[in-house]
Amino acid sequence: MPDGPPGPAATTVSDDVAVLARLRAGDEAAFAELIDRYNAALLRTAQTFVHDRAVAEDVVQEAWIGLLESLDRFEGRASLKTWIFRILINCARARLRKEGRTVPFSSLFEEEESDEPAVPGRRFFPGWFPRVGGHWREPPQPWEGSPEEQALSAETRSCIERAVAGLPAVQRGVITLRDVEGLPAEEVCNLLDLSDTNQRVLLHRARSKVRRALEEHFREAGGR
Amino acid sequence: MSCREIVELATGYLEGTMPAGERERFDAHLTGCPGCREYLAQMRETVRLTGQLREEDLAPAAREALVAAFRSWRERPAT
Repeated sequence: MPDGPPGPAATTVSDDVAVLARLRAGDEAAFAELIDRYNAALLRTAQTFVHDRAVAEDVVQEAWIGLLESLDRFEGRASLKTWIFRILINCARARLRKEGRTVPFSSLFEEEESDEPAVPGRRFFPGWFPRVGGHWREPPQPWEGSPEEQALSAETRSCIERAVAGLPAVQRGVITLRDVEGLPAEEVCNLLDLSDTNQRVLLHRARSKVRRALEEHFREAGGR
Repeated sequence: MSCREIVELATGYLEGTMPAGERERFDAHLTGCPGCREYLAQMRETVRLTGQLREEDLAPAAREALVAAFRSWRERPAT
């Protein structure tokens, strides 16, 4: 296995140590908790590499087995979370190799290279416009029904899920690891083999699209 | 800096990767522009809400199969 990413672990080390101790002691509930916590994120990440849902599910299964098999070798240099995703990504890459499709991740990124703006140009005054050129013509309206700190409603949740599912694969991988899982940027660069700049560009595109989906969603919700 | 530029720089701003001079101009724009302040607030809210996207339940059969795998791992012969 390649070296774990450097830098501080995202979750507290004591949590990781406790979970590992329970797993190594054969605590079934600890494993079930990990599955509940990570399975969907692993599936989403696997689909970044292999597009077929059934194959991705298979890869996730392999990753769980791989995790059990390497449990005794985990040294805690990266966080448990990073380690789990690292195993998953290794399994996904192995699967691609087995299928003879050694697509480098960077070329997947190239495929997604398109210069779609974060906000449609029509919402700004054209650049030649006196004084206000390039400024908001249609500024964003405050989101009704999204008071700070309020938990996610089922509708908002499914809006975000649809938006994330609709993203190009690599953007989906980046936003899943960064914003859903909360991994630090440098760990995500490491896991997905991206440069800092590419990671940030992908995150920007992904977040911008999710924001637009939410804007639509709250506009409809607010118009009731 | 125009609003159109601000929305493309928003992630670099939130990530804290922006050079100091650019950040100053960004902040100066925000001070005078309610639309961009709202935009930034929405980007932050987007990140916060996406962070709550935790996990639909796994099909019980698939979950049970994994837990069964754990049991056989636990009872594996010592190496």
